[in-house]
Amino acid sequence: MKRRPAPHTTRLPRKGRLVITVNGKKRSYAGPAFKRLIDVLREDFGLTGTKEGCGEGECGACTVLLDGLPVASCIIPVSQVSGRKVETVESLANRSLSPLQRSFMEEAAAQCGICTPGILLTAWSWVKAGGSADRDAIRRHLSGNLCRCTGYQSIVDAVVKTIKKRGGR
Amino acid sequence: MTKPGIAVGRSVPRVDADAKLRGVAKYIDDLRLPGCLYGVTVRSTIAFGAIKKIEFDPCCPWKEAVIATTKDIPGENCVAVIEADQPLLAPGRVLHPMEPILLVAHPDRNMVWQALRHVKVTYEEMDPVLSIEESLARKQLLRGTDNVFKEYLIEHGDIAKGFAAADFIVQGEYRTQAQEHAYIEPNAMAAWVEADGTIVVAGSMQCPFYVQKALKRIFPDRNIRVMQAVTGGAFGGKEDYPSMLAGHVALLAVKSRRPVKMLYDRSEDMASTTKRHPSVVRHRTGLTRDGRLTAQDIDVLFDGGAYLTLSPVVLSRGTLHATGPYACPNVRVRSRAMATNTPPNGAFRGFGAPQTLFAAETHWEKIAAETGLDPLALRRKNLVRPGSVLATGQVLKESVSASEALERCVRICSYDKTRRRYSAANRKPGPVWRGIGLALVHHGPGFTGSGEVTLASRAAVALEADGTVSVLAATTEMGQGEATVLAQIVAETLGLDMALVRVATPDTAKVPNSGPTVASRTTMIIGGILMKAAAKLKEAVAEELGAFPTTAAGLKKAARKLCAKGPLHVEEEYQKPPEVVWNETAYRGDAYGVYGYEAIAVDLSVDRVTYEVKVRRVTASTDVGRAIHPDLVRGQIAGGTVQGLGWALTENTVFSRGRMVNSQFTNYIIPTFADAPDMDLDIIENPYSRGPYGAKGIGELPHNAPAPAVAAAVRHATGLLVPDLPILPEKICHGLLAKGRKGS
Repeated sequence: MKRRPAPHTTRLPRKGRLVITVNGKKRSYAGPAFKRLIDVLREDFGLTGTKEGCGEGECGACTVLLDGLPVASCIIPVSQVSGRKVETVESLANRSLSPLQRSFMEEAAAQCGICTPGILLTAWSWVKAGGSADRDAIRRHLSGNLCRCTGYQSIVDAVVKTIKKRGGR
Repeated sequence: MTKPGIAVGRSVPRVDADAKLRGVAKYIDDLRLPGCLYGVTVRSTIAFGAIKKIEFDPCCPWKEAVIATTKDIPGENCVAVIEADQPLLAPGRVLHPMEPILLVAHPDRNMVWQALRHVKVTYEEMDPVLSIEESLARKQLLRGTDNVFKEYLIEHGDIAKGFAAADFIVQGEYRTQAQEHAYIEPNAMAAWVEADGTIVVAGSMQCPFYVQKALKRIFPDRNIRVMQAVTGGAFGGKEDYPSMLAGHVALLAVKSRRPVKMLYDRSEDMASTTKRHPSVVRHRTGLTRDGRLTAQDIDVLFDGGAYLTLSPVVLSRGTLHATGPYACPNVRVRSRAMATNTPPNGAFRGFGAPQTLFAAETHWEKIAAETGLDPLALRRKNLVRPGSVLATGQVLKESVSASEALERCVRICSYDKTRRRYSAANRKPGPVWRGIGLALVHHGPGFTGSGEVTLASRAAVALEADGTVSVLAATTEMGQGEATVLAQIVAETLGLDMALVRVATPDTAKVPNSGPTVASRTTMIIGGILMKAAAKLKEAVAEELGAFPTTAAGLKKAARKLCAKGPLHVEEEYQKPPEVVWNETAYRGDAYGVYGYEAIAVDLSVDRVTYEVKVRRVTASTDVGRAIHPDLVRGQIAGGTVQGLGWALTENTVFSRGRMVNSQFTNYIIPTFADAPDMDLDIIENPYSRGPYGAKGIGELPHNAPAPAVAAAVRHATGLLVPDLPILPEKICHGLLAKGRKGS
């Protein structure tokens, strides 16, 4: 057998450089076109807040926002996000935690913390879009993010609290 | 609830919350190790057989890789847990699928996985033992002369007399499946060798000193240092397996002389690492006409897998909880853990108790069905109260809340009214049947029997030169909130603001051995040791300065005076309460110093077309002694309950020739946000005099109750008792068809 390159080592055609807006900053990437977005974020950009839980888009730990919508960064090749906006957990807090993160802190909604970045981003996409404080609706929106510690109750509480603080219902 | 103190009884922010919410907490995969290699494991593809040949495909650039085999092991080829029967790498024969055979490391994280396809192992296969029944039948002899890893026998009273006095005798058989922990961070570990030859291992784990002890057998001539990284969930799944992984990663680091990381992917983690022991439990129960227990004869069988690992202690806890929280004058419990050619089963939240309590609690439904007595009335009549005697002869003296938990739960969920309402509605047409079911369980926190005495755990507090107080223990934070709770206990005892107390990260070079972070022992046992140490520190400082300062400035001043030669360090060791007496040889006495109690009601619906079960609401009344941190206590109850619901309904481990074939989140279904119900969590505080501020351990108790309550609720909804987990729609469908009943 010849040493065949894996799909992800296929180089981009021509100049092979792509630009992604990550957390509001333009970043350029030159590498394999089919490298997973999660690996580009973690290895090339040093943003290790995005976590891998299953590598097959089931657990949601690697969730980032792509043009504002939650996606599983472990099943997205980086070439697909060229020219688009990616937000990771690192974008949520400034010096102080965001209101959503503060609600998570007050409700003890992060336990082991490995699913937390992904859940924060999915929850933020709901809150930001004016989602309701209806518990079942929140549960459905977040159902692509697995958590094994909390039983989910404290997380739903934290999201409801954030929406109510913002004047939502 | 008890009035809160300055720290205890308050839901303060978790000490690890900020880093975790910002995404800056460093799990092992986030740690940068320049020049590091990535290691993978070549594993057996068969269940049982001899390794005939190992070939490396010559097309691969093996020169770039580092390969470690049994020949590279300097000491014993073993992973020492209770015994040392499990090899680190298979020595010429394999006893289960996914058994590690050799290791490969390579600088390219993606390339290294491809190496696995180019190592060819040829076996001489033997017919494997794949079930408890095949093990009992001695299809092959895997252990001793009877395939039994361990057995226990409890005899209390005279069961022959008990059955003679019975008006009813009811028999039942109950089965539970393996359960995967499904922590969201798979097992992961890194190792490197320091200039002085010390092997350093860092990673995701529950028990740094277990890992160190195991590595000492593998590398007898080396210093071993083990550090915990931020750990993304464990639930027992990172109790013994990390010792195996640490041995592998250290072996590669020593051979390559470079740092090495081993990060399991989800499928490898699920298929290779430990699970909850599958079980078969048989009950034969005698009762009087009015429902009083006269005899319980219980036979417990656990599938231990291919090696002993933790099976004896898991079986012991299962055995001791097998009667449920009930007082019966005549009891016999016989239990055995059997060897099979499947990956070793191990620790999982509840540690054997969820299996035997599923049987004990579900058996009330069987009794109710056969005698016409009401399951709630049966429990009320037989539950333990202060002064009750358990099967080991233990007299329950304090903090006995079985009755209070049951009555509060029943009241909060309006059990009787709801039950009548659903029964009436189920007789009419509709899309679903509704049901509500109860379970009442107990759990002994801390190690079983004389375990805590043997462990002789040590923990320390120290006044540091910078005017803070540090908490030193090997007890790990894995999400449960250990760091916060221990800081609260120390802050309360010293009268200090929480901000002045820091909990050290477990590192065998820096902290005393406070034992493993398991068995619901952290708050109660380690918290208790730390409370004593803090009290002594307070006394020592007060002796020098007149009083213990409680302000930051005062503490700084005290530190300047007292810490000139280093931190003022007070270390304490676990002391057994004198009234707790256990006889290990006779297997009698106080198996646990105290028990926690929980009653839950599960309210669910069953679709009349698809037989899909939807849990609508859970009500749990849980006696925790004292809630040091009420939100974290609720977090444990909510998390354990949903894990228990998953085990009851969807978490169906499927094995083929001993290998788990659904080792993915795609087809091993754990509950999602949409599956989990809203829960009424009612905390009962019935203090335990030996627990810090009255606290009892709470981590495992909530996993004991959901499954039998689901079985009871499904029976209420459909009239069908499903005695084996998980209660899949197919089982309900087939069961109802067999009874000649169907839905819409």
